[in-house]
Amino acid sequence: MPLEYPKETPAQTAGPFVHIGAMPRIAGFTCFDVELGQQIAGPDVPGERIVIEGQILDGTGTPCRDTMVEVWQADDQGRYAHPEDPRGAEVADGFTGFGRAHTDFDTGLFRFETIKPGIVPGRHGRDQAPHVSFWIVARGINIGLHTRMYFPEDNTSTDPVLSMIEQPHRRDTLIAERTADGQYRFDIRLQGDRETVFLDV
Amino acid sequence: MTAEYFQRDRRWHPPALTPDYKTSVARSPSLPLLSIENSLSEITGPTFSHAALGGLDNDLILNFTGEPAIGERTVVHGRVTDETGRPVKGALLEVWQANAGGRYRHVKDGYLAPLDPNFGGCGRCLTDEDGFYVFRTVKPGAYPFRNYSNSWRMAHIHFSIFGAGLTQRLITQMYFEGDPLRDQDPIAQTIPDPAALDRLVAPLDLNASVPLDSLAYRFDIVLRGRRQTVFENKLEGA
Ligand SMILES: [Fe+2]
Repeated sequence: MPLEYPKETPAQTAGPFVHIGAMPRIAGFTCFDVELGQQIAGPDVPGERIVIEGQILDGTGTPCRDTMVEVWQADDQGRYAHPEDPRGAEVADGFTGFGRAHTDFDTGLFRFETIKPGIVPGRHGRDQAPHVSFWIVARGINIGLHTRMYFPEDNTSTDPVLSMIEQPHRRDTLIAERTADGQYRFDIRLQGDRETVFLDV
Repeated sequence: MTAEYFQRDRRWHPPALTPDYKTSVARSPSLPLLSIENSLSEITGPTFSHAALGGLDNDLILNFTGEPAIGERTVVHGRVTDETGRPVKGALLEVWQANAGGRYRHVKDGYLAPLDPNFGGCGRCLTDEDGFYVFRTVKPGAYPFRNYSNSWRMAHIHFSIFGAGLTQRLITQMYFEGDPLRDQDPIAQTIPDPAALDRLVAPLDLNASVPLDSLAYRFDIVLRGRRQTVFENKLEGA
């Protein structure tokens, strides 16, 4: 008999109505007091204030307008608000590192207001360039897609994830465009010539 | 403990491209995913506390207006564990569903079945110390969706689960034992192995029902397990 572990529950698409469960205010509900994921870094959290905007484009180049996008990031010192980060207890009050947005029903744009993350310790003492982890679900996406966004002004040449990407031009799919001071544009392409690099984490 | 997670078995999950579910065709990456080793960025993830939740958040029968929703009164309960069998405590579960007639309360749902003025269709809760959770709701109806001209979804409840870290993040759907639409449902059928789909089918749990009040279904959820590090494989620092 082979050794058996219980297997993970299989994924299914979030469908078009994910907002009802995950972002009820967007779906028009007022019955819950707290909408989760609406404050990545509160007003008193130190760090450079930034805005990240973008679209999720399908294989025909059309923006998906029914997507939910989640982000997870470290604070400006590279610390995660999580008990397993050895420095996790040091993050400022009001820093969650977690954000949720939907792509607008008309424009397809998502938007996050946050702070720029710091360098995060990596494996074997190798630092990771500042990055924001993304997770995308929608109708037509059978299992949530993980990716990362990096910043164009940073040295990303030794980042352990970016350096694993074989084709140099594909690394660029993970690097946001700086459109103004503190403003970043990060489009995610599900398919096609410039398909974003998605991660199996 | 900063141990890494078991790799995800991608053959067990639905693939990205499933042509019988037409929307997946233009929304599926065609290049391979880049497999990366877990770092702090992946083993950490958002955590939630009871302070964010309200008292009726897990009661979909009452949480929209305080007046009871129409439909088969149903308890949905179960346990969240990982692939080593350990309970996942403090996991946030969010659920959403159609009403008993198969209609969602959402601007984008144009199905002709009527809304129920007392049913919203969203709920959430945290698992307890042993990984258990419970919701109360009405059984959702089947509904048609645009795929083939006569495609139907079997009755289902959407589940979003946050485990201990980003690696365990999962969205799935729960089905009900004995649903005759199972073999026709193009979304359920994106899962290649019928044994995997079985795992989403909640059996009737008569012992957990409330006599003269509600039936019950049991839906257990398994999230990715993690290594017990006999040999250290340090994730942060050298
Ligand atoms: Fe649904």
